[in-house]
Amino acid sequence: MLHELLIAPFADYEFMRRALVGALALAVSGSPLGVFLILRRMSLAGDALSHAILPGAALGYLVCGLSLPAMTLGGLAAGLAVAVVSSAAARFTALREDASLAAFYLVSLALGVALVSLKGSNIDLLHVLFGSALALDDETLIFLAAIASFTLFALAGFYRALALDTLDPVFARRVGPLGEAIPFAFLALVVLNLVAGFHALGTLMAVGVIMLPAASARLWTQDLTIALPLAAAVGAASSYFGLVASFRTGLPAGPVIILTAGGAYFLSLIFGRSGGVMRLRRPRRHLEG
Amino acid sequence: MNAGAIRLENVTLGYERRPAVHHLTGVIGPADALAVCGPNGAGKSTLLKGLAGLLKPIGGRILREKLSLRDIAFLPQAAEIDLTFPIDLFDFVATGATRRIGFFGGMDRREEERVEAAIAAVGLEGFEDRQLGALSGGQTQRALFARLIVEDRRVILLDEPFGAIDASTIDDLVKILARWREERRTIVAVLHELELARRAFPQTLLLAREPIFWGSTREALSESRLGEASRMVEAFDREARECRRDETPHAA
Repeated sequence: MLHELLIAPFADYEFMRRALVGALALAVSGSPLGVFLILRRMSLAGDALSHAILPGAALGYLVCGLSLPAMTLGGLAAGLAVAVVSSAAARFTALREDASLAAFYLVSLALGVALVSLKGSNIDLLHVLFGSALALDDETLIFLAAIASFTLFALAGFYRALALDTLDPVFARRVGPLGEAIPFAFLALVVLNLVAGFHALGTLMAVGVIMLPAASARLWTQDLTIALPLAAAVGAASSYFGLVASFRTGLPAGPVIILTAGGAYFLSLIFGRSGGVMRLRRPRRHLEG
Repeated sequence: MNAGAIRLENVTLGYERRPAVHHLTGVIGPADALAVCGPNGAGKSTLLKGLAGLLKPIGGRILREKLSLRDIAFLPQAAEIDLTFPIDLFDFVATGATRRIGFFGGMDRREEERVEAAIAAVGLEGFEDRQLGALSGGQTQRALFARLIVEDRRVILLDEPFGAIDASTIDDLVKILARWREERRTIVAVLHELELARRAFPQTLLLAREPIFWGSTREALSESRLGEASRMVEAFDREARECRRDETPHAA
């Protein structure tokens, strides 16, 4: 019975196995980034960047059709450009970073949708916006795995620098050789994962697998060394159960994976031991001293 | 531990051409302890940022003799640190070792002992596992001093290190200052507590955007000079013209 429900879809269908591998890779590398986005109070910046990728991917699509390298390069370029330009705008003009980021991503999103409609049908637009987790070819899978591996190695290598820059940016820039490059390197990793995510989940859904598991993990623990693997685990579990649910209901995989992660988030909101509603409403007795 | 001197030559520091420190000249000698006093808006914090290399002068030069920026430790006003970041006191103090072990190297036994000694020196033994966000204001300031001890730099810049903390904490931290002076480190501190300047700093720079006086603390903090300083700082003049003070008249 359980086998029928939980294992058979993957044992019987290759496209389900591929979808699972792709979604797991994205979840394991994306959700630890989400933990740092939350700590850096940049939760919405991730969302904005995910929209910013669209015109680049659309331009790649206009030139080469549904081609992985063209859309990836385009998306990467557009995402990095918006990250750089909006932080530069925040530095050199009267607008703060959130305002300039919002301005750039709105323009970006409009431009992207306009570009896609220039050539394609609505089906292509749906593919770009919501991804195609159930149609991942070899090329895309290897690409997702490569980005996930790179992200995890990069995050491990530059963990202390990133943590220190989040805790005390003035200090990190003063003592470290990486200096001003830390925030930008971090944003570059986020853009990389968003670009990877949009092939499987689409530009609008990709950020969900980064933020929701991270927000859930934060409600269970204060300890960063636990929160990071916990977020990855929540992300992986959401991918797996989301795919199962998508298979059973016939609903598109991307949104169902994100809805599953959303379910984990709401459960954490209620039951989370570090800041969940139940713990806050019914605190344990205070200590003696 | 003899630091080199920091030489200020006609330094102007500011933002968007507006001077916050105007035409400052002087020398901070090796092992000096200099208090920087003056009213709010006098350019004290700006001067410290300039000394720390975080702000480039818009006029004049800051020369660091036999010193690099790596030799300078800087404690900005507390607000710049994210106290909600999940890190315990021991790890926080240990970040002071970053310049020696880098972002990748591990803490060896010697570094751990340094951290333990620094935590003991500021009187926070037993709090090693406490989260940074759970410390009181005074304890946070002690933790920041412990990190400075671990940093072990020849020049130490402090921006209002004694704001909003109680007398016994101040006493303990002043003892740390005394220890740094014995170790012949150079100390520059922005202070509002004039009594502390008189107690722990032989030299004082009285600043009100323009330097009012730079010399012995007793002379700097006289009633008349303090009055002069408080009158000097006014709002930015919107109609201000370009400063011509540096131009020498052409000889005919």
